[in-house]
Amino acid sequence: MHSERLRWKTRVFAIIVILSNALGNFALAYGMRGRTTSTVFDYLRVIFTPWVAIGITLLILWLLSRMALMSWADLSYVLPVTSLGYVANAVMGRLFLNEVITPARWAGTLLIVAGTMMVGIGSPHSKGDA
Amino acid sequence: MKSWILLGAMVASTVLGDLLQSVEMKRHGEIKEFHPHGIARVLGVLARNKFLILAIFFMAISFFAFMTLLESTDLSFAVPASAATLVFETILAKVLLKEQVDFRRWVGACLVAFGVVLLAK
Repeated sequence: MHSERLRWKTRVFAIIVILSNALGNFALAYGMRGRTTSTVFDYLRVIFTPWVAIGITLLILWLLSRMALMSWADLSYVLPVTSLGYVANAVMGRLFLNEVITPARWAGTLLIVAGTMMVGIGSPHSKGDA
Repeated sequence: MKSWILLGAMVASTVLGDLLQSVEMKRHGEIKEFHPHGIARVLGVLARNKFLILAIFFMAISFFAFMTLLESTDLSFAVPASAATLVFETILAKVLLKEQVDFRRWVGACLVAFGVVLLAK
């Protein structure tokens, strides 16, 4: 019962981590496009522009949810599972930022999905009660 | 060249930040309270942990390197390229954190790594 609850909690947090990362990176990329930051003041100014601020907020959510996930799941489980976010970022770059995704990049996307699934069907614990 | 330097800084600082974070979050133990009061209490405890503060410092370096990288490169390059950390972190999770990385996880991590290499092309 405890193990089943932990499994669900892990899945929910993995989804939050993936979505907040993908949406946060997208907002940040959208906000940073074509800018040139070279001084601390440039960074401070750009941080408070709407898209960058949204991106940072979502990435803070990503950081906190990932920290929570790491409090019970192994690093070697968390990292590959949440790497689905890389795929989501590539798709968002293609759809909303008009980036050119070559066949090699799409092949890479499929490999990442395959690798992620291999890791995800295992237990989040290497030791302990799972 | 500037992009690769930024990427290198981002990867190195992410690896250090993740390792510190994993060690300290495990030491703290599983987080079970998700109501506002419980979250505030946990954040209060974690904010006094100097290794977690150091982890956040490394993550901040990683973040600003990433932000600067996004000025001149595609999102679909910058984000996948950052997954180069995965290879180092899986190895260090095994070597330093003594996690039992089984065969399936190694294969999965390798597939992800190969995928990332292709994505970055």
